[in-house]
Amino acid sequence: MAEFSTPTTAQEFAQNFAQLKPNMSRTEALYESSRCLFCFDAPCITACPSGIDIPQFIRQINSGNVTGSARTIYEANYFGNACGKVCPTEVLCEGSCVYNLQDVKPIEIGRLQSYATTQAITENKKLFTPGPANGKRVAVIGAGPAGISAACELRALGYEVTVFEAKAQPSGLTVYGVAPYKITNEEALAEMTYLQGQFGYEVRYHAPITGRADLAALEAEYDAIFLGIGLGKTTQLGLPGEEKINCVGAVEFIEELRQRQQQMQVGRTVIVFGGGNTAMDAASEAARLGAESVVLAYRRGKEEMGAYDFEYELAKAVGMKGLFNVAPLEIVGDDYVAGVRFIRTVIEDGRVREVPGSEFVQACDMVIKATGQAKQTHFLHHIPGLELDGRGRIVADAAGQTTNPQYFTSGDARNGGAEVVNAAAEAKVAARGIHAFLSK
Amino acid sequence: MPDLSINFAGITSPNPFWLASAPPTNSGYQVMKAFDAGWGGAVWKTLGVPVINVSSRYGGVSYRDKRLVGFNNIELISDRPLTDNLREISEVKKRFPDHAVIASLMVQSRQEWHDIVRQSQDAGADGFELNFGCPHGMCERGMGSAVGQEPNVLQMIVEWVMEVAQKPVIVKLTPNISDITEPAQAARRGGADAISLINTIQSIVGVDLDRFAPYPIVDGQGTNGGYCGPAVKPIALNMVKNCAQHPDVRLPISGIGGIENWRDAVEHILLGASSVQVCTAAMHFGFGIIRELVSGLEQYMVEKNFNTIYDFVGKALPNVRHWEDLNMKYQVKAHIHEEKCIGCQLCYTACEDGAHQAIRLQAGTRTPAIIEENCVGCNLCSLVCPVDDCITMDRHDDGTQHLTWKERTTANTIPTEFNDEKAGGRHHWVPEPAAALGKERHKTLPGKARALGIL
Repeated sequence: MAEFSTPTTAQEFAQNFAQLKPNMSRTEALYESSRCLFCFDAPCITACPSGIDIPQFIRQINSGNVTGSARTIYEANYFGNACGKVCPTEVLCEGSCVYNLQDVKPIEIGRLQSYATTQAITENKKLFTPGPANGKRVAVIGAGPAGISAACELRALGYEVTVFEAKAQPSGLTVYGVAPYKITNEEALAEMTYLQGQFGYEVRYHAPITGRADLAALEAEYDAIFLGIGLGKTTQLGLPGEEKINCVGAVEFIEELRQRQQQMQVGRTVIVFGGGNTAMDAASEAARLGAESVVLAYRRGKEEMGAYDFEYELAKAVGMKGLFNVAPLEIVGDDYVAGVRFIRTVIEDGRVREVPGSEFVQACDMVIKATGQAKQTHFLHHIPGLELDGRGRIVADAAGQTTNPQYFTSGDARNGGAEVVNAAAEAKVAARGIHAFLSK
Repeated sequence: MPDLSINFAGITSPNPFWLASAPPTNSGYQVMKAFDAGWGGAVWKTLGVPVINVSSRYGGVSYRDKRLVGFNNIELISDRPLTDNLREISEVKKRFPDHAVIASLMVQSRQEWHDIVRQSQDAGADGFELNFGCPHGMCERGMGSAVGQEPNVLQMIVEWVMEVAQKPVIVKLTPNISDITEPAQAARRGGADAISLINTIQSIVGVDLDRFAPYPIVDGQGTNGGYCGPAVKPIALNMVKNCAQHPDVRLPISGIGGIENWRDAVEHILLGASSVQVCTAAMHFGFGIIRELVSGLEQYMVEKNFNTIYDFVGKALPNVRHWEDLNMKYQVKAHIHEEKCIGCQLCYTACEDGAHQAIRLQAGTRTPAIIEENCVGCNLCSLVCPVDDCITMDRHDDGTQHLTWKERTTANTIPTEFNDEKAGGRHHWVPEPAAALGKERHKTLPGKARALGIL
């Protein structure tokens, strides 16, 4: 019997994927905000990649100025609600709360942040207006955290902004790639509607920018172009049998899950490859969809996994079992996945070495590969003079300007894959960089 | 076990905890319930001239997530028929003969005072409390605090009461006066057996920011009320002390004001109260708080080896002195226990902005350091520190010297002129004013400021 029964209705889906950071009531927000010490030079601010003035916004909640609190948050980070919910607060603001040193529960900063921003969104409080039009135009490619944040900041500076999005909805990974128990689709999209309503940038959906011709048109029509394209599909491992039905990439699996929810199919026995946060998400999601067995297979030892401890604990708590020091050799089965042939590994001088003769087959009916995403290098090569580093990341200076001066970038395409909050913070800087460049 | 019983000016009670004259003692039902729960006595809601109350009577002060740290009311004395109250007093006394039932009274003429004292006596009241304290509604009619603010009138009414009273008479004093010992002395001159204090403090408890009216709001408007609850305890303690120390008062004191737990009660007792009265806490949490009050008091007495309440009534009074009697040679300085510090730096910013710039930040750690030569021993850092015993105020003088302002005055060594060399702060280091500029800016730049590189 599985830990979770397979959800068949929206209600059952919501139960299985219950929010980790549910919205606070006014009373809970009052109680929690009352605990904040208002530290001098607060470590939570330092820990926040977007530098939100956390003690200030908490104090504003406590004094009943929730709209002002939302303003404090949004002035630093346009994805204020999303970040309150999806940020790894355990290792950022909440992890740095001084209460941790007293063995007192840290302030629930993420939930307070979402409390203030949710109220502003729900009541459609106008916090921002576009700056006076300066006659210049910027194209933003990608409506994810980087692209939308850049669009907001550019509009505040008076630019005309058009966002080109290949998919049907904005907010990028927040709605396509984050685990459903971190934020709901409705919440993610409501924040996008809220921002667009105030800043008035244009978003063109189903409008992929794919090749040289598209780029040339943008280059001619816009003064600057912001690349907020994120990462690509799950990297192919090159294993025999990788093409079998039910061998999927984690990014694709999660994207489908976010859109189809309870209509999503999952195997009965699932093996997840990887040791990062996405692997933990995929394993946890498979379990919550009703898989009877979820095994995490990782090439190295438990301690070497890249995933945050709390993400690993979360996945374990819903039934995921770890299988460490194994490397996949082949996906076995006919048309469908029937198992994985592994070989045991040992770590010698930091390198993975396979142990001869230790092969075995672990039966399963689904494989989810959470082994990293490819860079969109093929697309990026269409941009003249654009330099990538050895890992396929776009090279840019402190202001986000790439080696093609008309192009700026931030987010995963530049940093190789980080949190929503990093993309949101870096995009503001890049937007300022565009402004400085176009103001010369 | 220690003996908690008291004999307060002739009124006996199984413990010193009485319900104050207020809504919780409005009826026999409530008083019986309270006695059943363990309260030692009750001062009945004031009997007297007929009144009519308004709807919307209480207002509260919240501090962060704490409700009713302060409380006020615009309710008047009992609006129930006198005969009902007297009949219920009799019933309560029959059922609880060993508990103290005190009739609070407020009328106007000598005849009315005589009548109501006699009737209460006949109903079985163990004593009387003359309500000269109510600061709203009744004072406009020449009663309550209007009496408490006029010592001669107060004395005259006490004399009227003493003409017929065969039970102990307590005079309840108003704090809405500059020197509470004046009405206290008048009570003694009039022949009263005891005093109780404080009644509520005239107050506006808050203003509605949307309706532009004070709380509690009665049809869009409000009036001043009487303030009570935890917030008033410090004011009450000082007034209790003033009366307890005054050589011409010398009356038993029933302490009232901000008593919510046993600690509050013990503080009142240590400053001279020999019974205590509680109202707001019972209105907030119900009569059940008596279990904690009794248990805490008992435990304290066991630990201190006190057998009766009288072993510690007024025990702190010898240590409450005039400022001029304090030892100026005593010197404490703050000490930060680094192993306990959590790095909030509240001490730093409090000392920087609110005291004497005697704490500095250190590179490589969030734990601040004391600049001992600047520390005047004000206690502020230890008060704002959220960690118990993390900042202690350690004694630095050797304890051998003693010199007070009074002694210096006698010795003619006090500073007397502007810019006097002998003035205290004369040689204390303070930063140059302009050194303040930019000092806030070294903090982590928050939010948008960080993106823009400005503050």
